[in-house]
Amino acid sequence: MCATCGCGTDQVHVDGKILHHHDHDHPEDAHAHMHVHCASDMNVSRRVKIERAILAQNDRYAQSNRQFLAEHGILMLNLVSSPGSGKTTLLVETIRALQNALPIAVIEGDQQTDQDAARIRATGVSALQINTGKGCHLDAHMIGHAMQQLTLQENSILFIENVGNLVCPAGFDLGEAHKVVILSVTEGEDKPLKYPDMFRAADLMLLNKCDLLPYLSFDVNRTIEYAHRVNPSLHIIQVSATQGTGIPEWINWIRNECRQAAITQVKNVHSLQSG
Amino acid sequence: MHELSLAESMLQIIEDAAAEQGFTRVKKIWMEVGRLSCVEKDALRFGFSVVVDGTVAQQAVLEIIDIAGRGRCERCSSEIAVTTLYDACPNCGSYAIDIIRGNEMRITEMEVE
Repeated sequence: MCATCGCGTDQVHVDGKILHHHDHDHPEDAHAHMHVHCASDMNVSRRVKIERAILAQNDRYAQSNRQFLAEHGILMLNLVSSPGSGKTTLLVETIRALQNALPIAVIEGDQQTDQDAARIRATGVSALQINTGKGCHLDAHMIGHAMQQLTLQENSILFIENVGNLVCPAGFDLGEAHKVVILSVTEGEDKPLKYPDMFRAADLMLLNKCDLLPYLSFDVNRTIEYAHRVNPSLHIIQVSATQGTGIPEWINWIRNECRQAAITQVKNVHSLQSG
Repeated sequence: MHELSLAESMLQIIEDAAAEQGFTRVKKIWMEVGRLSCVEKDALRFGFSVVVDGTVAQQAVLEIIDIAGRGRCERCSSEIAVTTLYDACPNCGSYAIDIIRGNEMRITEMEVE
């Protein structure tokens, strides 16, 4: 059984195919902290110290994804939001703005349908759909499989559009460089306080649908203040995916991060050569 | 309901330990769950009871040790109690708080035979 495909392994589909069970490698140090506390006859009760984080397995997969990305200079961004924030539209516009400059691939996460992957493929970039079935989030093991199936290019960008959910994806490291949380102005101003884990886990917040502000009583400054209470270092960009407002600033942010990924790759190569 | 996948991860840890150490029954599991972690304890108990059916941990009692949130203010360095992720430092009012306790989500010990 695959421990990290938690929400029903046999219900997870990558591009329509069941994500098969397989044996996992267990690193030698996996049981390093496990020892018999009170060794005795097998039929007698004994206490076993174990000290293992529940997400340790997911975190190992995430680390392995991160290592692969660093070796290939790939920037992976994990886009998270509630359903209906405009993630896919924003992603389509982002791809249009970047695709002549950089190779791009996309992993789409949804419980059902491959409609989002189809929207992404219509832009001409490769996209892979993960259907989580009943699952509420993507995990690092699913992403590792998806990365193997996509043909990722050196110094490219890999976007993950996570399952629309402001709760569960916060706790799962996928190996991404950054979580980018998208909040639309048609949602409540207090979302950062109501769902603080996600806003704390993110490094960038895109406040989307800002073209609708004239028709709403949404207080942008209050939202930004709430977001900064949860995460004082959260960078915030106001955007409108449909009107293009703020998109150049978002694109600049991405390009700067791509340069960082390339620098990390060079350092990696140097450390491998010197090692 | 990510608690169900957390419960599956717990079972994996338990089954790995069973294979490693040759026990066939888990009687009790002690685990730490921080109040600031993304875990709803009742949902975790429910998820665990579902995934352990027919396994070595089928009859295990789950002892969840509650860990209160603690943080250190990045501005004035005070160590403070933290109940939410948007608490301000009671000494200086800053929201820049490093969480030092309360994010735990781990199995610490088991009673087995």
